[in-house]
Amino acid sequence: MSTQSVSTSAPLFETVIGLEVHVELKTETKIFCGCKTTFGSPPNTNVCPVCLGLPGALPVLNRRAVELAVKAAMALGCHINQDCKFDRKNYFYPDLPKGYQISQYDRPIGEHGHLEIEVGGERRRIGITRVHLEEDAGKSSHAADGTHTLVDYNRTGVPLIEIVSEPDIRSPEEARLYLEGIRAVMQYCDVSDCRMEEGSLRCDANISLRPFGQTAFGQKIELKNMNSFRNVQKALEFEVERQTAMLQRGEAVEQETRRFDEATQTTVLMRTKEEAHDYRYFPDPDLVPLAIDDAWLGQLRAELPELPATKRRRYVEELGLPPYDAGVLTSDPALAHYFEAVVAAGADAKQASNWVMGDLLAYLNNRGRSVADAPLAPEHLAALIGEVARDTISSKQAREVFQISCETGTDPQTVIRERGMAQISDADALLPVIDQVIAENPKSVSDYLGGKQKAIGALVGQVMKATQGKANPGMVNRLIAERIAAASES
Amino acid sequence: MLPTIREIADSLRRKETQPSEWMAQSLAAVRERDGAIGAFLTLDADGAVERARRLDGQPQTNPMFGVPFALKDNICTEGLRTTAASRILESYIPPYSATAGQRLADAGAVLIGKTNLDEFAMGSSTENSAFQKTRNPYHSDAVPGGSSGGSAAAVAAGLVPFALGSDTGGSIRQPAAFCGVVGLKPTYGRVSRYGLIAFGSSLDQIGPLTRTVEDAALVLQAIAGHDPNDSTSAPQPVDDWMAALERGVRGLRIGVVRTGEEEGVHPGVQAAVDAALRTLEGAGAEIVEVALPHAQYAVASYYLVAPAEASANLARFDGVRYGRRVVGETLTDMYERSRSEGFGLEVKRRIMIGTYILSEGYYDAYYKRAQQMRTLIRQDYEAAFERCDVVVTPTAPTPAFRFGEKSDPLQMYLTDLFTIPANLAGLPGLSVPCGMVDGLPVGIQFVGRAFDEATLLQIGHAYEQERGFPMPTPEVAGQ
Repeated sequence: MSTQSVSTSAPLFETVIGLEVHVELKTETKIFCGCKTTFGSPPNTNVCPVCLGLPGALPVLNRRAVELAVKAAMALGCHINQDCKFDRKNYFYPDLPKGYQISQYDRPIGEHGHLEIEVGGERRRIGITRVHLEEDAGKSSHAADGTHTLVDYNRTGVPLIEIVSEPDIRSPEEARLYLEGIRAVMQYCDVSDCRMEEGSLRCDANISLRPFGQTAFGQKIELKNMNSFRNVQKALEFEVERQTAMLQRGEAVEQETRRFDEATQTTVLMRTKEEAHDYRYFPDPDLVPLAIDDAWLGQLRAELPELPATKRRRYVEELGLPPYDAGVLTSDPALAHYFEAVVAAGADAKQASNWVMGDLLAYLNNRGRSVADAPLAPEHLAALIGEVARDTISSKQAREVFQISCETGTDPQTVIRERGMAQISDADALLPVIDQVIAENPKSVSDYLGGKQKAIGALVGQVMKATQGKANPGMVNRLIAERIAAASES
Repeated sequence: MLPTIREIADSLRRKETQPSEWMAQSLAAVRERDGAIGAFLTLDADGAVERARRLDGQPQTNPMFGVPFALKDNICTEGLRTTAASRILESYIPPYSATAGQRLADAGAVLIGKTNLDEFAMGSSTENSAFQKTRNPYHSDAVPGGSSGGSAAAVAAGLVPFALGSDTGGSIRQPAAFCGVVGLKPTYGRVSRYGLIAFGSSLDQIGPLTRTVEDAALVLQAIAGHDPNDSTSAPQPVDDWMAALERGVRGLRIGVVRTGEEEGVHPGVQAAVDAALRTLEGAGAEIVEVALPHAQYAVASYYLVAPAEASANLARFDGVRYGRRVVGETLTDMYERSRSEGFGLEVKRRIMIGTYILSEGYYDAYYKRAQQMRTLIRQDYEAAFERCDVVVTPTAPTPAFRFGEKSDPLQMYLTDLFTIPANLAGLPGLSVPCGMVDGLPVGIQFVGRAFDEATLLQIGHAYEQERGFPMPTPEVAGQ
């Protein structure tokens, strides 16, 4: 945030942000035809007369896309419009083969929802105006010399939902948290991969500033071309700075669309209001109105999983996790699922959380892998945690076992056994060694008795050495203290 | 002159002839006479001969088997140029076939070629074709009607026993009336629109042009029914229309809408329609008077809804993926030049009107009110159908007019005033020849309840049987 000079002092204006998020739905086939939705196919191979907009071709609605859209909208707390319809949004662009996009105008599939986010330990509720279903456009690649444009229509007709927030977001950081929240909900419902780098989640932002206390909104700027959550935050931060400076200079902010330029980390003008479109929406006569009956709606509601907000609350209230842990663990459904499996296999929740958030995430992040490819089954991690709890191995040893298990694929208990790592926690086995060490180190014993607590460490070290590190250090510490005390009393 | 579908089917059934012979006869007729008529834009002679030959000796599976036919050139045909009579699609070859045409091909009917039309089906005389004039087989100075003028003329001149057309505001029925053939616009949703180059999507419907009502029933039987590729195609079961034909008209109630000079109805046309009604009455039908009070707003409503839909439907013709592209300095330049050069005057006019109607602030005043008017017109029909089984009017107020006669677009639009209401209400309409005025044919129109093509065909067929006079064959058709 070093780029934001104004943030060092108290902000002069209130920031108002609304986000429009496009999420590609995870259907096998496109929304209005049978073409595959596979990402990364050779250009123009997943196409047919319908998605190419050939003369005479007609759309047929994919019910699966409706189901995913309804689930997403329900998960965002929306009211579902059971009688909705599709409209044509008219504009010319080479990646839009029909010259109109089939979208939803005045009867979106979902309305009046919200998403809860946590900002600095405080809960904030961001309103969601609407969730509507539409088809994606193709992808244009412009030649660097400006002579031509290539268009790939593979993406044309991939189902999208557009999630429009209320202007409830008050900082660039909140915007990023909101996006993370949206992504978590989409992933929980399994409606989208939400891979921003593949374009399966895209975000445009509207941002305006106003003096604190003013109810009317300032003039808004629309921001585009932000291809990561980080860049959304950066672009918004740049805009806060730019607009603040303008307002301070007494300049008026004009309504315009700007895009984020990653190279310069700034926003640059795309178009002004005069060039704004009139989309001439009207109901698409090629599609019949969409009726979602109660039975269908009920079935979809029943299929909804526990959502991140509920899960977060449950982790804190029932499992006793700190809110921070609950937040991290629930940010990704796969991670939460893994964590819950570790707990289900008998591990202590806080221990499980420490392991999952610590060693496991570090291991995965270092290798750029996802939880789905976790190298250790949750039951095995639970077993490892159990061995530490039973003092079979030390925490330090456990981390070594974890690494070995991850790399070799051998389960932790086998690793402990094969490598003879089990701690000696048997007093009968340890006492002879301890007595010998006490006998051989009178200096340390007298130092200890003389008040040097640390001297016991040297004795413990000798016992560990004599047992090739297998002795349970805590137990050794306790036994040595007991033996010395007993000897000095007698 | 080729015989009717029924006659060809009977001959094939009796194994007196082979499909190739009919194809040869049809092709010979086109070569001999279409120079004077101009019905065909594209003839697929080699393909047609080959397809017919493959059927020779095969068992006849249905009445369409081995019957030559033509398609209006806004119905897509895989591998065969489909232009919609527009420069913008002058060399467009579709990679897929329309469902209706495919169903005919699957039944064994043999496509011979593609017929002329008003560009993108926008017009009532086929004069808006970018490529050629089609002449009325009854009079070389008269238009064939439109927009399915090529299909109507081809059937009237006996070049093919039947052709498919499309009807958005009368484009099957009006040219059928002008050319003295039978034209059926089925209920909206009865026949798949998949592969029909869209004009007004909520109004467009494909249907047959034939020489007899029985033939219209045979063709409808082959093309009707739900199509999973068209969401607006109806799930209603396909009736047995052949059985319906023989039921006669006794006891049927025919609702007559009073028309006259106010609607610009030619006295000769009125007389022919009145005579037809007396014939039906004589055959046992009951004549009742009905009113469609909102029908007077039909033309105005239609010229809001159809152009609005067309303005979006024709946006895809942008020179980017197919069709004519005129290179420009910028993208916008390319769009403007391609569309300026690619579209004709009437198409541009309707795109402009439609774009205006849908623009911000005008939607409620125009498009929405026009849609509300459609509901009122549908309700008018519902009220009428409580008192009658079909509603009768002339198909068109006049017989075929002369080339250039309707140079004012409004005058041209008004020629469809009797056919448009059925499109707005989504109802089936049938035009049957009912006489001649000044050497030109006149048609009577029957409009029925939704999905009740059966009653239309029943009345139309009965009328044909009772008509008591043969429709004269146009001279150009020969014998």
